[in-house]
Amino acid sequence: MSDTTQDGQVLTTQDGKPLKAALAKALRREKLRALMLIAPLLIFVLITFVAPIVDMLFRSVENGIVSETLPETVVALREWDPASGEAPDEAVFVALYNDMVIAVAEKTHTRLGSRLNYEQSGISSLFRKTGRRIKRMDEGGPFKDQFLSADKKWGDVATWQVLQQFSPSYTDGYFLNAFDAKRGAEGIELKPADERIYMFLFGRTLFLSIVITVSCLLLGYPIAFLLAALPLRTSNLLMILVLLPFWTSLLVRTSAWKVLLQQQGVINDFLVWANIISDSGRLVMINNQTGTIIAMTHILLPFMILPLYSVMKTISPTYVRAAKSLGANDWTAFWRVYFPQSVPGIGAGAVLVFILSIGYYITPELVGGTSGIFISNRIAYHISSSLNWGLAASLGTLLLVAVLVLFVVYDKIVGIDNVKLG
Amino acid sequence: MKLRTVILAGTAMAFASSAALATDLTLVSWGGAYQASQKNAYTDPYMKENPDINVIWDESSAEAVAKLRAMNEAGNVTWDLVDVVASDAIRLCDEGLAIEIDPATDLAAAPDGTSAADDFGDLLVSECFIPQIVYSTTFGYRSDVEEWGGKEPSNICDVFDLETFPGKRSLEKRPINNVEWALLCDGVPKEEVYNVLETEEGLARALAKLDTIKDNVVWWSAGAETPQLLADKEVVIGSTYNGRLFALIEEQKQPVKMLWDAQVFDLDGWIIPAGLPEDRLAATKKLVKYATDTQRLADQAKFISYGPARKSSAPLVGKHATLGIDMAPHMPTDPNNAKNTFLYNYEWWADYRDDIDAKFQAWLTQ
Repeated sequence: MSDTTQDGQVLTTQDGKPLKAALAKALRREKLRALMLIAPLLIFVLITFVAPIVDMLFRSVENGIVSETLPETVVALREWDPASGEAPDEAVFVALYNDMVIAVAEKTHTRLGSRLNYEQSGISSLFRKTGRRIKRMDEGGPFKDQFLSADKKWGDVATWQVLQQFSPSYTDGYFLNAFDAKRGAEGIELKPADERIYMFLFGRTLFLSIVITVSCLLLGYPIAFLLAALPLRTSNLLMILVLLPFWTSLLVRTSAWKVLLQQQGVINDFLVWANIISDSGRLVMINNQTGTIIAMTHILLPFMILPLYSVMKTISPTYVRAAKSLGANDWTAFWRVYFPQSVPGIGAGAVLVFILSIGYYITPELVGGTSGIFISNRIAYHISSSLNWGLAASLGTLLLVAVLVLFVVYDKIVGIDNVKLG
Repeated sequence: MKLRTVILAGTAMAFASSAALATDLTLVSWGGAYQASQKNAYTDPYMKENPDINVIWDESSAEAVAKLRAMNEAGNVTWDLVDVVASDAIRLCDEGLAIEIDPATDLAAAPDGTSAADDFGDLLVSECFIPQIVYSTTFGYRSDVEEWGGKEPSNICDVFDLETFPGKRSLEKRPINNVEWALLCDGVPKEEVYNVLETEEGLARALAKLDTIKDNVVWWSAGAETPQLLADKEVVIGSTYNGRLFALIEEQKQPVKMLWDAQVFDLDGWIIPAGLPEDRLAATKKLVKYATDTQRLADQAKFISYGPARKSSAPLVGKHATLGIDMAPHMPTDPNNAKNTFLYNYEWWADYRDDIDAKFQAWLTQ
């Protein structure tokens, strides 16, 4: 479309403004009005959802505590070369004394100690002990000897190396840790095999989530199909059976699985009674991966059935009837005509179940034993027990990135517009 | 405009009335029988004597450390007194999330005039920590296991002896206590345990010892799990807190017995969060002084089998409030039970907890 007439004159509105600008203005106003309407929700989501997440994720690189607590020491330490194999000289210890006096008065030295203890065991008590001694130190110096007599760890190169390495305000240390790596003498290297855990847990989380999603689909599809095919009265009754566990507390359902699956539990007792297994050969079905898969499949099943059902409800039965009248057998009619129409429901259900299960931690903690726990269990540990929020944040970031990548892959393969909740 | 006036007036009235009625103090504890014992022994009598105080309980001790940090960062501390284990108290103190206590002014002296600092003695493991009870992590075993042929475990190392005592065990899903027991049974003398653990080889040795029973272990993360597993015959021997086993044996009458050998003492007590406003801090300090005096700590032992943290409380321990049995023989500190105890090193674990936990979890997943 052109905005000029044939003789080159610009099209205008009645009051002489160019038509294009007037239209754009009207559209802009329209958009603004729409934005105003959703503004309350948008602001609410930004403040209560996006901002806290961003703030939490930021902790994975934030490391201001060293330079804030020991500002002079950090500057003095820049000159020191760890390759020298000796602890820094008196000048650094003078700076350390000055910083520590302030830190002890503000009681921030122990906080720094626990931060650096994540990097090297023993620093926590080093700072606690030194903090108690600082008041008794001779203000005239020499400080190096006094610090060394407070704790001989101040003479270790390793202690100072950690301080120097973590003095910048931003660090990649948490992320390295999340990748089971560390900064060694020759750059970044993998940790020793007996300390690697996170990458393995990420892999297991993804694997188990896929298994759970697939088993939800296998169990959920026939049920949704049945629900959609039955007359409304019967299907409503069945729907209540699907929703009833959904409304029951998660902990109750998980504990119920314990009663059923444990070695002295209902299922094993029945199998022994029926002479299918011997009393000494009772099956181990809980406190391992099997337990996690069974319990989580049960818990997440409604999230698969509901989208499937609502999509199947919209598939007109006339298509299948038409296919059959054209000579298709039951299987062909289902597979070639019905199934493709239900794919959007499968997509929605699978994405929902997968994303929910990837972040689950209560159920794996209770029934997963050691082989069925997820990466989220470690994140929960670092949030609530070790207080290593930086590491928890970097693990969380990785999990978020993994989900986004999978989402993009899903979009490429299946297409995100091919997802329907009803 | 009119609506706003109404709302404002309403809010003002709500504030005024709550201020006039009582001061609310929020106490955080573990829930269950333990919290009930605190309510019965400390806060119910206190509220009777001080009608202007109203105590609200919050069962959040398990996640207290993380929540306190979050509250502190948000600048809105809603808890007044928090029950935590000693190692968490040390962490909170280090992080500046709990205030330091002066035993001379903040805690009551013993009836005979002994100062609080002497009465609590070594149990004041951190400047911020007010000890309440001594509990122990120890083992309980089923006394009706046929495969054992009438034998009963009497030594901590029987836990590692699968030949004489076959069957599943339950252990806590964390390194603390487990690695110490493993080293003790691998022939390390008690006083050397932490020196050995400090080295890579020492930890490897502990994990190797645990490897010998790993296939027969159910790992627990909540204290209630072992009693349940013992009652269900899922395990034949398992570690947990002694009070949980007391309830299993004496209240639920299960065929379970205590194995007190190498029990590990630990402490539980109060901390006062940092950042409380003046008036609430004063009310909290008054309450905590009352709740940790000699009589109150002895009273608590009527309701739960944990030893009072004050020396002066021990002679006052009487009978169970409802069962009517003598409580003294069920205390972890009773001389008969404490023949062989293991001293938990707080300072050491504060240093090595993160490192060893990472390695322990990696070992668990293998």
